[in-house]
Amino acid sequence: MDDTQLSQYPKDFLAELYRRMVLVREFELRAIEERRNGLIPGFIHSCVGQEAAAIGATAALEPDDVITSTHRGHGHLIGKGGDPQFMMAELAARSSGYCLGRGGSLHMADFGLGILGANGIVGGGIPITVGAGLAFHMRGEKRVAVSFFGDGAVNEGAFHEAANLAGLWKLPVIFFCENNLYGEGTPQDQQAPIADLAERAAGYGFPGVIVDGNDVLAVYEAVKTAAERARAGDGPTMIEAKTYRYRGHYEGDPQVYRKPGEMEAWTCNDPISCFREALREAGLLEESALKGIEDGVQAQLDAAVAFAKSAPEPQPDEALAGVYADTHTGLVF
Amino acid sequence: MRELSFSDAIREAMVEEMRRDPAVFLMGEDVGVFNGVWGVSHDMLAEFGPERVRDTPISEIAIIGAGLGAAMMGMRPIVEIMFGDFLMCAGDQIVNQVAKARFMSGGKANVPLTIRVTSGAPGSAAAQHSQSPEAWFMNVPGLKLVTPATPSDAKGLLKAAMRGEDPVIFFEPKMLYADKGPVPEDPDFTVPLGKASVAREGTDVTVIAVGIMVKKALAAAEQLAREGISVEVVDPRTLVPLDKETLIASVAKTSRAVVVHEAHVRGGPGAEIAAMLAEEAIEYLDGPIMRVGAKNVPLPYSPVLENFVLPDVVDIVEAVKRLSGAAS
Repeated sequence: MDDTQLSQYPKDFLAELYRRMVLVREFELRAIEERRNGLIPGFIHSCVGQEAAAIGATAALEPDDVITSTHRGHGHLIGKGGDPQFMMAELAARSSGYCLGRGGSLHMADFGLGILGANGIVGGGIPITVGAGLAFHMRGEKRVAVSFFGDGAVNEGAFHEAANLAGLWKLPVIFFCENNLYGEGTPQDQQAPIADLAERAAGYGFPGVIVDGNDVLAVYEAVKTAAERARAGDGPTMIEAKTYRYRGHYEGDPQVYRKPGEMEAWTCNDPISCFREALREAGLLEESALKGIEDGVQAQLDAAVAFAKSAPEPQPDEALAGVYADTHTGLVF
Repeated sequence: MRELSFSDAIREAMVEEMRRDPAVFLMGEDVGVFNGVWGVSHDMLAEFGPERVRDTPISEIAIIGAGLGAAMMGMRPIVEIMFGDFLMCAGDQIVNQVAKARFMSGGKANVPLTIRVTSGAPGSAAAQHSQSPEAWFMNVPGLKLVTPATPSDAKGLLKAAMRGEDPVIFFEPKMLYADKGPVPEDPDFTVPLGKASVAREGTDVTVIAVGIMVKKALAAAEQLAREGISVEVVDPRTLVPLDKETLIASVAKTSRAVVVHEAHVRGGPGAEIAAMLAEEAIEYLDGPIMRVGAKNVPLPYSPVLENFVLPDVVDIVEAVKRLSGAAS
C-alpha cells in the first residue's frame, strides 16, 4: 500500500475505513471480554484479523445492496451499517437485540440495512443470496447481493448449486470467500485439492478473483469492480480474499492445529496496524486524528455494552411468538 | 359447479395468482418446456414466459434456497420439487433456513414461499420415488404443511398458502392428479389453513384420513355403512396447523378413532394425531386409537410387495371393525 494509491481516495473515506476496521476488532474483543464476564451466554466466532475483508467489501456496496453472512459475521454486519448496541444486546440475549434475543451471534439480521442474516450453517446463506439476486434481476433493480462465506463453505454442496444457478442466470451476485486457511480446525490444504479457491468460479462460467484480504483498499476495489459487473447485468464474480484469523474457530478453541510461525507471519501483515501506519506515513491522518478515531470507537463500545447490560431480558413466553406471521391469530400450532 | 381435475385445480390456483400478483412466479425442474413432469404447469410458460416460469437445473438446494432469498426480498415464489423424496436433498435449506428465518431474525424475515411437492406411491416407483414425507417436517416449527385431498381443496388451500406470509410445503398426492371434482370459479376462493373438513358424517367411528387416504376412507365408509357401521371421515387438510377442535369434536361424538395415512406408521402423522387425542380427548374414547399406514419398510418395486406394504381400503375397514368389535 503506497502513498500514490492512498492519494486516490478522499481522506474522509480512508478515515472511515480505518474507523470501521477498528470498530470491528474492538467490538470482537469487547464481546470476548463480556462473554468471559458472563454477559454473553452463547458462541462467539470472532473475525479478529479479518477486518479488512469485511470492511473493504461492504464499503464498496450501496445501501440497498444486500448481504448474507456467516458464523464469523460481526464484521460484515458492522460494515453494512449494523449498530453495535443492538448487536451487543443480541449477544447478551436481550429483547432489545437485533433478533429480540431469539437468534444470537449466528442469526443477526437487519433487513432495513440489507443484512439478510448471519448463518449457523456453513454455506447455508449462499443459495439465499442467489435468491435475493434473482428477485433483483426479475424486478429489473440494479441491486447486488453479496454472500460472505469461508474457505470451508466452498466444499459444501450449497455453494456449488448456488454458484451454478447464479452463473447460469447471470444474477447480480458476488461470492465473497474469506479464505482464512482453516475450516474450523482443519487446514484449507487438507480440505480442498486446490490452493486458490477462486479457481472454482471457472466451472460456473464467471470470473474468480484473488485479492489480498488484509488490504482493505484492494478488497474494496475488487468488490467495486464485481458490483459494477453485476449491476451491468454481466453476472456473478467470485472473490477470494486471502486472510487469517487470529483467534480460535470459536472462543475457547484450544487451537492445537496452528502451524509454527504462521501466526507471527500474518500478524506482521495486520490489516489494521498496516493501514494505520500507511495513513500516518502518507501524512493523511496524524497520530492525534488516529487516536481520536480509536477513542471514539471505545466510547461507542462503552455505550453499546452499557445498553446491552441495561436492556431487558425477554419474558419466557416470548419464545412462543414470532414463529409464524399469524401466530397472533390464536391458531394452535 | 364445473369440474376440474386435481391437477388443473392446482394449475388454476397458480395461474390466477400469477395474473393477480406480479411477485408470484414458478420455479423448478422441468416446470416450463416440459409442462411439469406431472403436467401440472402445462402451457404456463406460454402465458407467463421464461422469467416467471423458470426451468431450473437439478439443484434442489439452490431451488429452495433461491426461493427463500427471493421471498425475503418481496417475491412470492412457488417452487416445485418433483418428488417428496427429493426434499431431503435440500434438507438444510428447508429445515434450518426456510423454517427458522422468521423466528431467528426476530421477525425481520418474511417468507411467503410455497414449496409444491408430490407425495405417495404411483406404483412400482420403488423406495426413492414413492414416499409420503409429511411427518418428517411436522417436527420442524416454522413450516406449514398442507395435504389436500380434493380438487376444490387443492385450489383453495394452494391459494391460501400463496397469499400467506409463511413458508408452506404443499403435498400433492400423485395418484389424485387425474381425479375430477367440482371447483369454485371465484378467483378469491380460498380455504384457510388450519381448518379440517368433515368429508362424511357418521356416528360410530371417526376415521381421520390424510391426503389420498381420504378417498380410500370414504370408500371404506361406504362399504362399512352397508354393514351397519356409521363412519365419520375427517380430513385435517393441514397437518400444521392442525385443527384439533374439529378432530376432537368428531371423536367426542363417535368415541372411536382411526388415523389413516399413506406414510409409514412409525412416527407418521398418525403418531402425532393419536398422541394429541390421547392427551386431549381420552375421556371420549371407548377403545384404542388405531393407526393405518404403510408398513415400516422402504416402498418396494414389485407390485406384489408394494401392495402388501401400502395401506388400502381393506386395511381401513379392518381397523374400523376391530375397533367397533373391541368397543361393542
